[in-house]
Amino acid sequence: MEQQIVKVKNKKGVRVIPGFGITMGVTLAMLSCLVLIPLASIIISASKLDFREFVEVVTSRQILSGYAVSLSCAFFAAVVNGIFGMVIAWVLVRYDFPGKRILDGMIELPFALPTAVAGISLTFLYSDQGWIGSLFGKVGIKIAYTRIGITIAMIFVGIPFVVRAVQPVLEKLDRQYEEAAMMLGAGGAYTFFRVILPELLPSLLAGFGLAFARGIGEYGSVVFIAGNIPYKTQIAPLLIMSKLEQYKYSDATAIALVLLLLSFVLMFVINSLQIYMQRFTKA
Amino acid sequence: MSKKKQRGYSQDVVGDGINSIQKVMEPPKGRSNRGVKYFLIGVSVLFLFIMLVLPLVVVVTNALRDGWDAYTEAVFDEYTVHALQLTLFATVAAVAVNTVFGVFAAVLLSKFYFPGRQVLATLIDIPFSISPVIAGLVFILTFGNIGWMGDFLYQYDIKIVFAVPGVVLATIFVTFPFVFRELFPVLNAQGKDEEEAAALMGAGAFTIFRRITFPHIRWTLLYGVVLCTARAMGEFGAVSVISGHLRGKTNTLPLHVEILYNEFNTTAAFAVSSILVLLAVVILIVRNLVEWKKK
Repeated sequence: MEQQIVKVKNKKGVRVIPGFGITMGVTLAMLSCLVLIPLASIIISASKLDFREFVEVVTSRQILSGYAVSLSCAFFAAVVNGIFGMVIAWVLVRYDFPGKRILDGMIELPFALPTAVAGISLTFLYSDQGWIGSLFGKVGIKIAYTRIGITIAMIFVGIPFVVRAVQPVLEKLDRQYEEAAMMLGAGGAYTFFRVILPELLPSLLAGFGLAFARGIGEYGSVVFIAGNIPYKTQIAPLLIMSKLEQYKYSDATAIALVLLLLSFVLMFVINSLQIYMQRFTKA
Repeated sequence: MSKKKQRGYSQDVVGDGINSIQKVMEPPKGRSNRGVKYFLIGVSVLFLFIMLVLPLVVVVTNALRDGWDAYTEAVFDEYTVHALQLTLFATVAAVAVNTVFGVFAAVLLSKFYFPGRQVLATLIDIPFSISPVIAGLVFILTFGNIGWMGDFLYQYDIKIVFAVPGVVLATIFVTFPFVFRELFPVLNAQGKDEEEAAALMGAGAFTIFRRITFPHIRWTLLYGVVLCTARAMGEFGAVSVISGHLRGKTNTLPLHVEILYNEFNTTAAFAVSSILVLLAVVILIVRNLVEWKKK
């Protein structure tokens, strides 16, 4: 969902439209008071941390396993969402069938449904007594209170990101290239992987990145199904939460800082990949 | 061209002029393609059914498990009603603030050129990519008694953390970019010629907004407001950090659900959840109506 800003400079360098001052003033004032100043305090608090203490907190076994759980589950969830999100977007754009509008309208449900509600309901569904959990229980697979459960909750919150990233691009895609490919004798799968997919890859990647980032930070829908077993199913945001409950503010800040860095690095990598690919396809 | 006739490509590529070109242009409708189509539709429907519909069904069936009386008792419980009030208050406050911000910021970034626009756009998007728990933490580090404003607030006896203002601030923070993100692409695509023409004819800033900019974004604005409402209403992580879980004071509906669930009062938890599910479904319907209206 990258927004492009077109740089249009007025020829004479004069602003014709009135109201620049007031919009700039209101925007900056609100942004600073509500977002930037609070955000700055995490940096202020972090600067008070002792470096050795910081490293000690962040590299303790419990915290490291928290990062590992968050990252690995969010990654798998994003991969699953990448595949199914692609399929759903394809179905919604290319096919006509009864109930399509309802299906389309449903995609934003994870956005509209409060995360805590999603959390308890998924937990119930996948627990040993639940409708799906009991099915898997017979085969000996436990879902709730394991990493599989965490991944499922992260899949739930991530669905809309991939679908809504791919859908508009697929709608605008010029069909003449696939027709050309088909006329040249390519089969359906070949056309999809060699002609259509490369065009969609940047947006698919953007959706993947957003779903991944959302999964790493997600709290509400994951805590219930995770069961929060130390070293096994504790996610990083939960560790921040439990440090706060013990009034260990500096520890919480340290964990949060690393988590922030991780997600910024992730977004940066994905953005650069996306730019690289767009250059590649448009060249 | 009738869709029923199945045409292969091989025999028609070279042949009877315009007719064959049309045949070739027509996308293949072979049996294998239809198979793929129904397979993919089936996969999508199944995936969405399991991931999205089943959780909703679970909430409703569990809420009504112990009968209607237990349901109404849980829903009209004193704490539930209070939590609902606080949720609605925080939501209205957050939506109002973020709508004002969204409109000003979107107009600023789409109608004026100044250095640092890209940076500003990135800064506005920050709350979108941060974990809600960190969003809550940020306010504790600012306004809590260890925060740099803590002493000042203590002096004047203003409570923000573990009080209603904190809940409202956290909700605003988490939903901050929503309205802006919806408005900005639309205003940017619209360009600024019309506004410039109006300005040259002597219209003031407010007149230009009311008569020219606003009619372009009416439905988009409503759409943004709806999305923002949905997120604000359901915010859990950030509010959970900052609220301190004071029953009857700083408890929003999602937090109340958590408390009931942790007390093993599952039926009540699902009953309260059903209110939120209802709100979410209404929001989804409104969203789809708005989108339909926009087209």
